[in-house]
Amino acid sequence: MVSSDTQRPAAITIEGASKLFLDGAVVAFHDLSLSIAAQEILCIVGPSGCGKTTLLRCIAGLADLSAGRLLVHGRPVAGPPEGVAMVFQHFGLLPWKTVWDNAAFGLAMNNAPAATIKERVSHYLALAGLAGFEKHYPYQLSGGMQQRVGLVRALAMNPSVMLMDEPFAALDAQTREVLQEELLGLMQRPSERKAVVFITHSIDEAILLGDRVAVMTARPGRIKEILEMPWGWPRDVNVVRADPRFAELRAHIWDGLRPARLDASSAFAAAGD
Amino acid sequence: MAEGTAAPSASIDLAAEQAKHRQAAAGRRRRRRWREIGIRLTSLVVVLTTWEVAGGHLDPVLFATPSRIAAAAVTMLASGELWNYLWPSLIVLLNGLALAAVFGIGIGLILARYRTLDVAFEMYITFLYATPTVALVPLIVLWAGFESTAKIIILFLFAFFPLVINTYQGVKNVDPKLVEVGKAFRCSERQLWWNIVLPAVLPFIVTGLRLAVGRGLIGMVLADLYTAISGIGYLIVRTASTYRIDKMFVPIVTLGLLGITLTAILRLVEKRVAPWTAATEKD
Repeated sequence: MVSSDTQRPAAITIEGASKLFLDGAVVAFHDLSLSIAAQEILCIVGPSGCGKTTLLRCIAGLADLSAGRLLVHGRPVAGPPEGVAMVFQHFGLLPWKTVWDNAAFGLAMNNAPAATIKERVSHYLALAGLAGFEKHYPYQLSGGMQQRVGLVRALAMNPSVMLMDEPFAALDAQTREVLQEELLGLMQRPSERKAVVFITHSIDEAILLGDRVAVMTARPGRIKEILEMPWGWPRDVNVVRADPRFAELRAHIWDGLRPARLDASSAFAAAGD
Repeated sequence: MAEGTAAPSASIDLAAEQAKHRQAAAGRRRRRRWREIGIRLTSLVVVLTTWEVAGGHLDPVLFATPSRIAAAAVTMLASGELWNYLWPSLIVLLNGLALAAVFGIGIGLILARYRTLDVAFEMYITFLYATPTVALVPLIVLWAGFESTAKIIILFLFAFFPLVINTYQGVKNVDPKLVEVGKAFRCSERQLWWNIVLPAVLPFIVTGLRLAVGRGLIGMVLADLYTAISGIGYLIVRTASTYRIDKMFVPIVTLGLLGITLTAILRLVEKRVAPWTAATEKD
């Protein structure tokens, strides 16, 4: 783990970070340190209420840390940093904009030249299988297609850091697997590799997509362990799922989360999905 | 083998079956629509006939039958009498509504945006909104006289509040998740307003307009009756005081139709500006 951090420059550095809510009554996470290398996919898996989404919002510059240090590209985060794009669990598409305008939103808001917008948006819409849907509105699309638009919106910005907050959690099981495969397929391309922080409830999803998987426990949120995934690239979904190490890792992470389950069994009930 | 041969014919049947279902559904909708139109027409005929028959037995000075009202309407339309009295009232209505729209939407947006101004001025709006606008009419007459200015002010007061309150509520109801999306993509404040807040508020504004038109019509007649008696209000008062009940009903019915038409148009606009709300309601 340490070696991979030093090999590549860190995209995100978190040191001794804490976040408190409600005048300190709720501790989202405490004294948390983490480093994400450039072009690395880090999956953070953990129960509801372990502060993983709050951590992501802090990295995105949407919330402030209560204490600690948080650097993106070596600069302290104060407001949403440049070169960072986010994919939301609720898709976050604007209902009054067409698929095209939603996909172009990030670029347009950052005053990208029209030619760049046109080229990148049509490129990624085609990759996502959304060609021909440019003039549709989000409410006319299925959930899977809506999240594809959300992905295109982030990817079109060519970010060096992509933050994904349970992006597939709102989708049905089959659509989720299809999108996992598509994301993996995209990340096989060296040109598309970027630092990704991927928050998920799903242990399978974390093992499948991550270069490393951080296991978080709740109240106060902290990182229990960080596991290096043995898959490397290119990565084939079926090969990974069939690998005996997949089941081992799965069992290991489950065991790691079990004490937390006893502490907050109801809040944690959804973690196995 | 059996499946292999069954598959193509099954898929053909499916398409035909779907078309049949679509047609049946369209047919059901059409029949229901026609039935509803039929019921409404029957109801209208029954009510008007009853009125006509019963009205014939009553004092013609105090009651008018539909046929006499229709005859009066034809005369008043042909002579231009109705239009001549309606037009100045409509001008007042349009002026008042336009002013109310500009100030209502503007002030609603500003109060929703700036917390200090909201805290400073919200109580006045609540107070004025709670006060029956009619109670202010003598004051307005005292300050602005009896003529058009006073009428426009009265109309403004009737139409302003639904607009300012709806606009304000619209801004407060903008989905915070979408605002966060805007922030995450580094929107400037200006970009945030143009791309996220204003489109989200638009349906609220149209609803405010619809309510403002309804109240504006009340304000229009009220202004005609309580300031210099003119316009459509004058027509009602004059025909009533000369016991021309048949003629008196013509401006009343006209006002009713005007209200229905304007409200229906704005309801249509409401549906058009936010088709996604209709779609989510269906789910």
